[in-house]
Amino acid sequence: MNPVRKQRLFVVLAVLAGLAVAVGLAVYALRQNINLFYTPQQIVNGEAPVGAKMRVGGLVEDGSVQRDPETLNVVFTVTDGKGSFDIHYQGILPDLFREGQGIVANGTLVSRDRFEADEVLAKHDETYMPPEVQDALEKAGHPGSKPGAKEKDAGYPRGDYNESD
Amino acid sequence: MWKTIKRWYHQLGSPRYFYRFCEAVLPWLVPVSLALLAVGLVWGLVYAPVERYQGDSYRIIYIHVPASSGALMGYIAMGVAGLVALVWRMKMAEVMLKALAPFGAVLAAVSLLTGALWGKPTWGTYWQWDARMTSMLILLFLYLGIMALQNAIRDPRQAARAAALLAVVGVINVVIVKYSVEWLNTLHQGATLKVVGESSIDASMKWPLLISMAGLWLLYAANVLMRARTEVLSRERRSGWVRRLVRGGEA
Repeated sequence: MNPVRKQRLFVVLAVLAGLAVAVGLAVYALRQNINLFYTPQQIVNGEAPVGAKMRVGGLVEDGSVQRDPETLNVVFTVTDGKGSFDIHYQGILPDLFREGQGIVANGTLVSRDRFEADEVLAKHDETYMPPEVQDALEKAGHPGSKPGAKEKDAGYPRGDYNESD
Repeated sequence: MWKTIKRWYHQLGSPRYFYRFCEAVLPWLVPVSLALLAVGLVWGLVYAPVERYQGDSYRIIYIHVPASSGALMGYIAMGVAGLVALVWRMKMAEVMLKALAPFGAVLAAVSLLTGALWGKPTWGTYWQWDARMTSMLILLFLYLGIMALQNAIRDPRQAARAAALLAVVGVINVVIVKYSVEWLNTLHQGATLKVVGESSIDASMKWPLLISMAGLWLLYAANVLMRARTEVLSRERRSGWVRRLVRGGEA
């Protein structure tokens, strides 16, 4: 390679490397803000400010969903295995909302164990299968076929950023 | 191997050879891509089984995933073309950089729109400022920015250099789009198709998806070759071979 081109290549790669480091550091520093939601563990540990508007995420605990037959009020427990709290919501839940499903809720943390949601979003996992395949898997007693059995796949909030604070 | 690549590089670097290459490849590339796309889409949208939780709404995957992956790969190709244009000042790389942008921008927009349409019934929202969605929006803006830069500067070589720099620098965003769902808490789920290891999609749904992806990528390639061919003719309009071609001769 002739020296002029070599120098140009070096300059371009240096610019790219410098920017990559800058962006990497910025994303790392803003991790708390770029992460979409607080996890139940953070709520229980008191890392989330009580009374503030925020988003929380976690798995809907099996058997915890209580619907009011007269109104659209619904109460359910959200957990991540390390902590849990109740979400109170009035409105229509998304189609994918079910027990064992990962959700993200937008609202106000009223106290350590009570969150009042204005909006509940369902997280979808990355597995796609037809109903017959799931039936077959369940008959064979395959553990991965139950919703929420594979914790990460069910939109389980990864608590990896807790360790840094 | 290396010698073959080097020969290809030099041959395709010649506008006249590139023009002949397009003439040879396009007549079958266009029908093959359209046929693959038709098979993949009809299979996926009509015959593939429904999904256990999402029902029929999951079928948008057959448009959303090919479009998103096409937009990302197109951007990587622009980054490579940009690097070659900046360092080796190769004219054909400048032409490719210009040819790659419009279709890629359309694919990024299609990805965002289909994602929003799927998000409403599935998640319960059209849009969240989630890291994956935001970085994909930035990808669309980068595509539009590169197109705007190319049109804002009159001298094509100056314009290409400015656009090339933006293309190279923007590759960082592709990395963020790809890994945002693994590094950060996002609403968007992780990757379903995996190059290494087992994909988490049933085979009956995976094959139509792979065929649609192949079809759309080839259609993108065909579009790039057509745009590049036009650009080559316009840039080389004063050369002997283009004059002969216009008079009805061979290139």
